[in-house]
Amino acid sequence: MYQYDQYDQRLVDQRVAQFRDQTRRFLDGQLPEEEYRALRLRNGLYIQRFAPMLRIAIPYGLLASRQLRMLAHIARTYDKGYGHFTTRQNMQFNWPRLEDVPDILADLASVQMHAIQTSGNCIRNITADHLAGVAADELVDPRPYCELTRQWATFHPEFNWLPRKFKIAFSSSTTDRAATRVHDIGVHIVRNAAGELGYTIYVGGGLGRMPMIGHAIREFLPQAQLLSYLDAVLRVYNRLGRRDNMHRARIKILVKDLGPQRFAELVEAEWAQVRATADGAALDFGDADLQRMATHFDAPAYRTEAAADRRYESAIAGDSAFAAFARRNVREHRVPGYKIVFVSLKGPGIAPGDITAEQMDRVAELADRYSFGELRATHDQNLVLADVAQEDVHAVWSALREIGLATPNIGLLTDMICCPGLDFCALANAGSIGVAQDINDRFDSLDHLYDIGEIKLKMSGCMNGCGHHTVGHIGILGVDKKGEEWYQVTLGGSAENDATLGDRTGPSFSRDEIADAVQRIVEVYLEQRRDEDESFLACYRRIGMAPFKAHLYPTEVAA
Amino acid sequence: MSAATLIRNGRIEADDYQWPDDADPIPGRGRIVVGLDRWRAEADALNRNDLQVGVALPNTADIESLEHGVLERPLLVLCFPGFADGRAYSQARLLRRRGYHGELRASGDAVVLDQLQSMMRCGFDSFALRADQDPQRCLDAHRAFDLAYQPLDAATPLVSRLRRSTAP
Ligand code: SF4
Repeated sequence: MYQYDQYDQRLVDQRVAQFRDQTRRFLDGQLPEEEYRALRLRNGLYIQRFAPMLRIAIPYGLLASRQLRMLAHIARTYDKGYGHFTTRQNMQFNWPRLEDVPDILADLASVQMHAIQTSGNCIRNITADHLAGVAADELVDPRPYCELTRQWATFHPEFNWLPRKFKIAFSSSTTDRAATRVHDIGVHIVRNAAGELGYTIYVGGGLGRMPMIGHAIREFLPQAQLLSYLDAVLRVYNRLGRRDNMHRARIKILVKDLGPQRFAELVEAEWAQVRATADGAALDFGDADLQRMATHFDAPAYRTEAAADRRYESAIAGDSAFAAFARRNVREHRVPGYKIVFVSLKGPGIAPGDITAEQMDRVAELADRYSFGELRATHDQNLVLADVAQEDVHAVWSALREIGLATPNIGLLTDMICCPGLDFCALANAGSIGVAQDINDRFDSLDHLYDIGEIKLKMSGCMNGCGHHTVGHIGILGVDKKGEEWYQVTLGGSAENDATLGDRTGPSFSRDEIADAVQRIVEVYLEQRRDEDESFLACYRRIGMAPFKAHLYPTEVAA
Repeated sequence: MSAATLIRNGRIEADDYQWPDDADPIPGRGRIVVGLDRWRAEADALNRNDLQVGVALPNTADIESLEHGVLERPLLVLCFPGFADGRAYSQARLLRRRGYHGELRASGDAVVLDQLQSMMRCGFDSFALRADQDPQRCLDAHRAFDLAYQPLDAATPLVSRLRRSTAP
């Protein structure tokens, strides 16, 4: 993975010193509250419902074992012994003390980590496919491009005070696992008819209160020229994005108001100007730069003899619990003899994405022992050990089982995405973690879950949509009705290549009704699907909303 | 406005420009700053040899379509109406891209210690500090980061260039 050189380290260290000074000035009363707020947000520090919340960047989800150990150390030393993986592949701590944050950032810097631009109206952490580098359907590894983009976006002086937050995601595979089309910019790495590498650029996607799918504003951009194009998009946005109403300030609103066509023209005109000056070439990736960056992501030293080992198959044959894990949590690797192993953070009784310090330490150990010292965070809030020799999968499973992280439910209904909701977030209308528990209880029989198959259930505690509910196959949104928690349900959303927004079922459900409503939705699907191979999404697209409505609101339909 | 401490050329300097109100008569000689509207309305009266006229631009001004006369001014002032309104950063870069060589001054609520270095890197070279700022500390603002990832300014060493020069 990417290793800082002396320059990266120096910049991160200088940032820690700068923030230490800003915090001291704030505590001394020299820095107005409102300004400190804007500055601390750019260092990942929110003030939430109960306490400050610190969001730590995990660029494109990639984490070294020593970094995970440092997160465990921070959880133990400065927090309540656990952390939370977010839907943007970052980690959040919910209980740090403001005074401690400069020290936490210094600890992070010692393992090449930071919380830079994880919040605030600036370019946020760059996200990507959590299977980058090991996925079979990948054109090229997107991570070198992500890292070059991350560096360009870090402390960009012109784009640090944008109208609103700005998120960029990369995908380079036939299955978009990074939800790129619901980002401000989605970059798809592609090859054109001439065989050259480049990008299709999508702009203006987003979730939140006005969810939208991004528009392709450029079909093919040559590989070297990515940053000059992003520069042009950001400049148009910084100049013309609305600043009078924060709910209309995202780039998606600008794209919508101007129309994607007109927006694209403005970007192309600005880009032509950038290209006409020395700025354009200065931003281009040189071949040597790309090559140097790519070597950071070279494949590890896979053993060719791993493919001949048969213990994996025999373990599956001999142990049904392991077989269930292998079926749900293990994916094919690009290299024969290796497997991709998912660590489920969605077990019963824990909030989705939560992990204790002890679990972090143990997973770090497993990464060291079995997966070349690296792991990944997914935007579904799980972890991945991406390079496990098949003969070791059983040992990994046993170890994960001891610490409660082997729930064989990846991609299933209980592998839901869920924001912190009312339990932690000041903006929430309704709880989400409790609902997640209820649904978990309701579907606790794994056989039943397998029978249901792949369903993405996503839940947010308010319109901001941190839980991506609008692109869930089943989406649940917490709403406030006269001080009570209610839940609005959508069906048929998707964040993959066929990105679509879900449709509302109808009136919302009370806290007591919501788990039941999910069950009814599943019942309709099980009854209506053509066969086991027809997924929930495919089935919904075929049969439409009516059968679901009829089963969810029987009295209304009858009346 | 003219009471603000001015940092220019890396030191604290007196502001040598007058800021007449739009209703005031144009003085016979000296240095003055006028708004873009007044400059456009009274360009003939203002374009005199014995008068040095700077122009203050609103942060919504479209730099690409700005007339040449404005780019020939000895001083342009860009405005940050709020601490978090970053439009003038892009305006500054666009002005420099269009070849503006004169003094480029930042004014308004964002002209504070924590933003000065970013302003410098975007092409500002003069700063009307917000009244509550400590001018001595602001003189050191450019030292916060001594490297940069983006090829914006000549003054800050560029990481990619350093890497190329130290690459094996
Ligand atoms: S969706 Fe709303 S409730 Fe949930 S984390 Fe985001 S802002 Fe908070």
